[in-house]
Amino acid sequence: MSGVTHVDPHAHGVSGELPHEPERATLEGRNKLLGFWLFLGGECVLFGTLFATFMALRHNTMGGPDGAHLFDLVLVAWATFILLTSSLTSVFAIQAMHAKKVPQIMLWLGVTVLLGLGFLGLEIYEFFHYVHEGHQFNSSAFGTSFYSLVGFHGAHVAFGVLWITLLIFQLARKGLTTVTAPKVYVASLYWHFIDVVWVFIFTIVYLMGKMG
Amino acid sequence: MDWLTTVDHKKIGILYLLAGAFFFVIGGIEALLIRLQLIGPQQEFLDAQTFNEMITMHGTTMIFLAAMPIIFGFMNAIVPLQIGARDVAFPFVNALGFWTFFVGGVLLNLSWIVGDVPDAGWTAYVPLSGEQFSMHRGLDFYLMGLQIAGIGTLVGGINFLVTIINMRAPGMGFMRMPMFTWTAFITSAMILFAFPALAVGLILLTFDRLFGGNIFDPNMGGNVVLWQHIFWIFGHPEVYILVLPAFGIISEVIPTFSRKRLFGYSAMVFATVLIGFLGFMVWVHHMFTTGMGPVANALFAVATMLIAIPTGIKIFNWLFTMWGGRIQFTTANLFAIGFVPTFVMGGVTGVMLAVPPADWQFHDSYFVVAHFHYVIVGGIVFGLLSGLFYWWPKMTGRFLNETLGKVTFWTFFTGFHLTFFIQHIVGLLGMPRRVFTYLGENENPGWTWMNQLSTIGAFVMAFAVIVLLINIVTSMTKPKTAKGDAWGDGRTLEWTIPSPAPEYNFKQTPITRGIDAWWKEKMAGNTEMTPAEPVGPIHMPSPSILPLFMSIGLGIAAVGFMYSEEWNGYYVAIAGLVITFFCMFLRSVYDDHGFHIDPKDDKGVGA
Repeated sequence: MSGVTHVDPHAHGVSGELPHEPERATLEGRNKLLGFWLFLGGECVLFGTLFATFMALRHNTMGGPDGAHLFDLVLVAWATFILLTSSLTSVFAIQAMHAKKVPQIMLWLGVTVLLGLGFLGLEIYEFFHYVHEGHQFNSSAFGTSFYSLVGFHGAHVAFGVLWITLLIFQLARKGLTTVTAPKVYVASLYWHFIDVVWVFIFTIVYLMGKMG
Repeated sequence: MDWLTTVDHKKIGILYLLAGAFFFVIGGIEALLIRLQLIGPQQEFLDAQTFNEMITMHGTTMIFLAAMPIIFGFMNAIVPLQIGARDVAFPFVNALGFWTFFVGGVLLNLSWIVGDVPDAGWTAYVPLSGEQFSMHRGLDFYLMGLQIAGIGTLVGGINFLVTIINMRAPGMGFMRMPMFTWTAFITSAMILFAFPALAVGLILLTFDRLFGGNIFDPNMGGNVVLWQHIFWIFGHPEVYILVLPAFGIISEVIPTFSRKRLFGYSAMVFATVLIGFLGFMVWVHHMFTTGMGPVANALFAVATMLIAIPTGIKIFNWLFTMWGGRIQFTTANLFAIGFVPTFVMGGVTGVMLAVPPADWQFHDSYFVVAHFHYVIVGGIVFGLLSGLFYWWPKMTGRFLNETLGKVTFWTFFTGFHLTFFIQHIVGLLGMPRRVFTYLGENENPGWTWMNQLSTIGAFVMAFAVIVLLINIVTSMTKPKTAKGDAWGDGRTLEWTIPSPAPEYNFKQTPITRGIDAWWKEKMAGNTEMTPAEPVGPIHMPSPSILPLFMSIGLGIAAVGFMYSEEWNGYYVAIAGLVITFFCMFLRSVYDDHGFHIDPKDDKGVGA
């Protein structure tokens, strides 16, 4: 399939012809934005239920190490710093989109992906370390609820990394159009959401766990 | 073939209805087998294990695979027409929602073929549903099937929320929306906040059962009551998710066949929103006997009783709508009118159950079974049957036979009360629910004849359903003669366009001037709506096979995970997920530009 056959007849390849906020220019775009906000509402309930489960079970370590012994706040602080910075870089990508500078969007999305990968690397190292300390998925209710909650967030980060990578390739091929713009915007919303969830994880899992 | 790839909401609505009817019949057969086993003392028609499987699958099937999809069927078929929209917000996602529901439902019922059937009740309480007491794969079918079907419900809910918020015709403010659309809106919002909780409950139980997790295992620090909280924080709103659209249907049918506007429209809207809110506040009333103490019990008891207020508002508004109206006793209206006293009876026993000391007595008896069947059959099924007769001409262009319809109504109505009224009494006489047999004639306080009556009633209802199915099949052979305004007294926008609706619904988007927009135009002497735009080519989305493949991929993955311990299921699971993700990738990469219909050339024959 050559690129020529897939050129969008309705798209405006030249950025100058794009409307002011291309993500909101079409009804499809507005639907996608609203639908995604609502989806995030559902995700709040999803994570809320996982948080509630963790809160109910976090002291039931069955003789295994508890949060105060396990958690290394320096490591977690680095992970937090990296993830929060990636939220900032995704904002830069949206600003570049409103300035209609496609290479800049791709650059900032690329940085976001790299930071997301860095976060994932730290998390994998962290889990690996915990398992060595005797904090396993099936060693206690604390273990299962911890890995379910934090792992679920990690899976969201991994999905986001794949998704944004795919968007970078799409931007390279199709440019910024009223079809790709909502996708970029929605992906950045998703990324912010993951960040907000992480702030709660940092507070409820790690800070409260460290304090006992 | 085009039914497998369709993204047309009207066709998806029909698919939902067909699939829902199919599962309704399966769930009904399960109910008849349960009633046959209970027809007399110490029957050996079903053994204890099979009986447990029957009650589990009957409940699960009726709630998730019959009632939910039939509601989604009406929402798909009618809501876009009522708000004057050309389409739904996400046609592709809508198709995906149907196929995930369908694959989930098939997966659940596959358990009958495999022979490992879910057997822990539709609520799947742990530890009964844990590995210890449910050792075969049955519960895994439950967990996986509901998980996949739940995805479909969630995305369907989001689709309708966006459709109703963003795609109403000019002039149609929120306070001019037809009541069915309002209830669809609130139901979708409730789905959005209820189903993710179920998803988490299911996934955590899956972890426990398949991957050695300990969330619900007290020996490893887990908590079994946690499951009840998670399940009911979904499960209680779920009954309102089901009943609100039925309320909406009643609110359309009664004014149409009374030739009067709905009494107290804004009070109805307020009551709908309030029920939606309170529905989330009362889940603990399912857990009065778990020992949470008098304070929690009292708070949730009061919150539960509060729901009687908005529901009462609705009941009185329906009565006042009929008051002084010129009532036509069509089958649709008979079901609507029959709904009112039946549902009130279910509501009254609901308030009785909301009193914790009384609940300690009623708990787990047939009184509870009688209560929820009065609400769910007397409320939801009556509402849906009313809607079926009412909108059938709009969906197919044909009428259902009124004589057969009246036979269906009277036999169903009689059979229903025969089956379930007596269950209140047999419950008060101490018969527990979920038992597969009971002691002989001389050792039980009159349970035998009461259960016999109940079983006879169930078969009368089954007869009514058979008559209905005959009615549906024969109507499909008739020519399409229904006019646009099929009943002549239509009030809302769906009655302004031909029956069945053309593919693009509205040739020109209509301007709405008030509540009951079409009635208002008719009273002003107009024969059609004022268009908001000139006639022009209409953009439509292209059909796609991807939703079907994505759902099948999920189904394959689920089977793989289920059998990961016996054979190398992980490879199967990964293969399934690869199919699903590859379809997502294709959907993302190749833009769908759809096509255009010129309404001047097209004859506009829809489903």
